[in-house]
Amino acid sequence: MLYREAGQFKTTYAADQQIFPIRQDRIGVIALLVVAFIGVPLFASEYWFSAILIPFLIFALAALGLNVLTGYAGQLSLGSAAFMAVGAYAAYNFQLRIEGIPILVSFICAGLTAAGVGILFGLPSLRIKGFYLAVATLAAQFFIVWCLTKFPWLSNNSSSGVISTQRLIIFGHELTTPVEKYLLVLSIVVVMALAAKNMVRSATGRAWMAVRDMDVAASVIGIKLMQTKLLAFAVSSFYCGVAGALYAFCYLGSVEPDGFSLEMSFKILFMIIIGGVGSIMGSFLGAAFILLLPIFLDIALPFFAELFGLPFSSATVSHIQITVFGALIMFFLIVEPHGLARLWQIAKEKLRLWPFPH
Amino acid sequence: MIKNFKPAIAAAAVSLAMLSQMAVAAEEQFFPLIDYRVGPYGSNGQAFYGGFIDYLNYVNLKEKGVNGVQMTYEECETEYNNAKGVECYERLKSKAAKSAGPLHTMSTGISYALIDKSAQDKLPLAMMGYGRTDAVDGSVFPYAFPLVTTYQMQASAIIKFLKDKNGGSLAGKKIVYLYHDSAYGKEAIIAMNAEAGLNKFTVVQIPVAHPGNEQGAQWLKIRQERPDYVVFWGWGVMNQTALKAAKKVGFPRDKMIGSWWTGSEEDVVPAGDAATGYMAATWNVAGKHVPVIADIEKVVYGAGKGNMEDKAKIGTILYNRGVSAAVLSVEAIRKGQEKFGKGKALNGEQTRWALENLNITDARLKAIGATDLLPEIKTSCDNHEGSGKVKIQQWDGAKWVPVSGWIEGNKALIHPLFQASAKQYAKEKGITPRDCSKEK
Repeated sequence: MLYREAGQFKTTYAADQQIFPIRQDRIGVIALLVVAFIGVPLFASEYWFSAILIPFLIFALAALGLNVLTGYAGQLSLGSAAFMAVGAYAAYNFQLRIEGIPILVSFICAGLTAAGVGILFGLPSLRIKGFYLAVATLAAQFFIVWCLTKFPWLSNNSSSGVISTQRLIIFGHELTTPVEKYLLVLSIVVVMALAAKNMVRSATGRAWMAVRDMDVAASVIGIKLMQTKLLAFAVSSFYCGVAGALYAFCYLGSVEPDGFSLEMSFKILFMIIIGGVGSIMGSFLGAAFILLLPIFLDIALPFFAELFGLPFSSATVSHIQITVFGALIMFFLIVEPHGLARLWQIAKEKLRLWPFPH
Repeated sequence: MIKNFKPAIAAAAVSLAMLSQMAVAAEEQFFPLIDYRVGPYGSNGQAFYGGFIDYLNYVNLKEKGVNGVQMTYEECETEYNNAKGVECYERLKSKAAKSAGPLHTMSTGISYALIDKSAQDKLPLAMMGYGRTDAVDGSVFPYAFPLVTTYQMQASAIIKFLKDKNGGSLAGKKIVYLYHDSAYGKEAIIAMNAEAGLNKFTVVQIPVAHPGNEQGAQWLKIRQERPDYVVFWGWGVMNQTALKAAKKVGFPRDKMIGSWWTGSEEDVVPAGDAATGYMAATWNVAGKHVPVIADIEKVVYGAGKGNMEDKAKIGTILYNRGVSAAVLSVEAIRKGQEKFGKGKALNGEQTRWALENLNITDARLKAIGATDLLPEIKTSCDNHEGSGKVKIQQWDGAKWVPVSGWIEGNKALIHPLFQASAKQYAKEKGITPRDCSKEK
């Protein structure tokens, strides 16, 4: 009933082609943005900002980057964390070595650096596909981490290889509180998510999907495979690079190469698998699921244990948390192999027909 | 009916009021424990935090807390993961606003991530034997304490030990520095190079990539180099692999000296007889012969409040290290109460002051039964380390045996390195260092 689109007529091409053609969706998205920009900063606590919202947004951005590559262009990658590392270290070095460079410019440069590295490691995709390509991107994962450890110049000769990020100053104002950092991350993520959504709706996105679905056919209809694939690698790495820079500057404040491990790459891959491969929204849902569920379980389990008088130690809670988390992943994948985004889509379709399903 | 209820309600109200008064009267000192018991290093964490919690309970049981203030704690599992560590920190932070003991993360990565945050939130961060070592310079890092000793001072102390063994000179000798290729392994390189310049020996650096379960190439290189000693900075599975590899190429184990993260029972037992004769530095001794360890077993485990599920681990290196960390923390609380009021819980700022003004003498250690468990410690604003001493211990095939007294590293050589690094940090971050001569 709420979701009925009867009476919504499109009279222009622009109206027909907009991102959210249904009025309820538009209202919903605007409401969500208002809540995120105004409502959340009014009510959320520091814990929510530093431990939940900021990492959620950053990982959603990284997942978005991987989704462009894997979900839309069909190139499996296991190097997302490495590209994040490139972004983090590049942003640090731009800040360090170029006097007076604005922080946002260095984030963009970090993204571009990551994009360059991404293209380099994307080259094998011209010859190999699927699992073989995944192994090739695995090389990026190991090579980049090794490289950041090996050359002390990259970490400004820090004796330990750990970099501690510079201050965040935007237009002469220093961002110190978690709320300010949250708003910065949120703004960047919103802009980049919008850009991604438009990109996948454009000719570029359609070319990616054509390559994903059948690259021989795509090349027959005139899509240049090399350009399309490398562009996907570049865009994907750009997103991961910016996410990495935000991870270092707005979340942890200090990072080491080993932090960007294969495990993190897998985590980002799981985010898009759970969230929905080939869906912008899925990236956000997946990031929320993978990041927030363990924290929720971690807080909820001791509470229930106390409620029922079970003698749980903190180690037991962690073990149970991992078990439940794994079980839930399997449950969701069995119930809906196409991810949470697909569940939302089904719900939406049902709502549009409700109360007269056919 | 209602009339009959009135007295009951009144009584309930009175007893409630009394209860709440009692709750106010019993002061509690809260320890936020950002710990790990699962994950790749879970067994290390179990021993360390088990020892830590056991000592807190011991203080509660034995002397009813510090001047009546009970020690309480809450754990949060990090799995040795930086992001989880930050999440735990943020979760425990609000609970630590009123009263906070030092934070012990047992992870260099998490410590690095918390250095700025904890200074902002005025919570003291203890990094005992790990972490950001230039925090020794308290003028730049008021809230970070690499207590007892640091990697660099440890390397320097190991060199001193070798020097004494060689009649006071290492000139012309060759030492291989075999290290875990990570932040941890690289920290000590700067100290090794400084010592090499001073003592005229050569250092050959050989990195081992994480996790280090294959070291054939490295030990081949060592065989070619024919060094006099191998100084060894390993971690986890790398340690036992190195010992086995040393045996394979025939390098004498009693010419190998490891850091304190290579010198626990978990590191040598799996290597079997390949480990016999191997030496490692440590800032706390193992064993149940330390009176306080024996007493913990009697008092805490006797009351059924022990934290260790595997009681065999009581008295191991890492368990005793946890106890040592708790001893220092509790002594800091005691010191703080002397200044800020006996019988009152300390907040983060007050605990910070106490950590900066610790003075734990051997006499004091003896009084709490921790004779020789750890070295004497005296901290100040410009020395957050407080000791810089380690012992060298040797594995005799069944247990760790100390083979030296407390050896202090070359402070005049090492501490200026910290100050230079801290100065650079202050410049990068725009921190104005405190004037230590004005601190009391």
